[in-house]
Amino acid sequence: MPDKPRLTREQIAQRAAQELPDGAYVNLGWGIPNLISNYLPKGITVYFHSENGILGMGPRAKPGEEDSDLVDAMKVPVTLIPGASFFSQADAHLMTRGGHLDVAALGGFQVSEKGDLANWKIPGSKGSGGIGGAMDIAAGARKLIVCMEHNTKDGAPKIVKECTYALTGVACTDTVVTDLAVIDVRPEGLVLREVAPGWSSEEVQAHTEAKLIVRGNVPAMRLE
Amino acid sequence: MKQKIVSSLDAAVVDIPDGARIMFGGFGGAGFPNNLIQALSRRGIKDITAISNNCGTRDGELGIMFKNGQVKHVICSFPGPHANHFQERYAKGEVTCELVPQGILCERMRAAGAGLLGFYTTVGVGTEVSAGKQECILDGKRCILELPIHADFALIKAHQADELGNLTYRLAARNFNPVMAQAVTMTIVEVDEIVPVGSIPPENVVTPAIFVHRIVQAKGLHYAG
Repeated sequence: MPDKPRLTREQIAQRAAQELPDGAYVNLGWGIPNLISNYLPKGITVYFHSENGILGMGPRAKPGEEDSDLVDAMKVPVTLIPGASFFSQADAHLMTRGGHLDVAALGGFQVSEKGDLANWKIPGSKGSGGIGGAMDIAAGARKLIVCMEHNTKDGAPKIVKECTYALTGVACTDTVVTDLAVIDVRPEGLVLREVAPGWSSEEVQAHTEAKLIVRGNVPAMRLE
Repeated sequence: MKQKIVSSLDAAVVDIPDGARIMFGGFGGAGFPNNLIQALSRRGIKDITAISNNCGTRDGELGIMFKNGQVKHVICSFPGPHANHFQERYAKGEVTCELVPQGILCERMRAAGAGLLGFYTTVGVGTEVSAGKQECILDGKRCILELPIHADFALIKAHQADELGNLTYRLAARNFNPVMAQAVTMTIVEVDEIVPVGSIPPENVVTPAIFVHRIVQAKGLHYAG
């Protein structure tokens, strides 16, 4: 029997955006996190940080208005919002490591039940791999949200007892937002906070290798 | 006044020897010393250790140095999705690579520039990058010892230089350039414009002239990619 519908990547980003408080300094990584800026809740302002030395990034630059000296960490031409600033890569990572970012969102291959994150290298992949800023961000963000699909394309769980992929950081994840669930990493384990619309907590558990702690009736994610 | 301005790109890199350790500024297509890289590549220099965030964008940026087999070792954080020349050499074992978390790469350069002999960090603990590094617990946290990265030369890109070598940068083209200028024996900068001493307001100087040894004016090349 085919699975029920899951959230799209855009909907995962939309749900993760609800985790951002007004006025927060926020770094968004590659993949699904990069979509979050399209779904900011109305009425809040957040200051997007880029590890190449920008605080206060605005939307992507319009065609014809790009400046090749003003790009985000994914090389995309961007704009600035009022109050933005530039600094060096060293100071940008002083911010990531030093606990100055309120929230960071990264993509993920695996998250363990202790909040370990693996997101930079697939076992058996060819080539050198690349770390980029992910380890600094994982180690230093005050709140780390991992945004990813709940399962691989083959259906294997990505929320696991122990990561088998190369680690990015140990016990660094605070919240995981997937196409099936919102899960908080707590000292007692992984707490299922919300499920995707139409899914039960038992069904989400069946797609998860790590044990989920379920307290009462778990509400469905709200996506307006 | 010490004469730091040189008249050509080729003259700016004329004494960089084979086997040199060289830092290269730039990130995301911005702030790369592309003209100096082209001049260095033209010289046919070989066996260098390159220290840079990425390993080139096809033929662009550092790509040409890998394409021509001029690099024997690279220290970087993220080779990049279009670093095909690096990956081909890496697969054949013709170039070795040390991957460093990006902020730790910066901080190891800063330690070199600041006269520090190392520092402890939680970044990379329990991951591949901690292999072989001294680990201890400070303030209740597991951490690893990271050592400075020093180099012989930095090739960097700035927007304006005055004749003394005080530098400004455009927008996000600053990135790795200031910290690399601090971590080396000789900093060679290519700039869009050289201006008279006194014309950059002192409070706008980002890299003070003490870190800059050779200046060349060059029209920037940009590689889409």
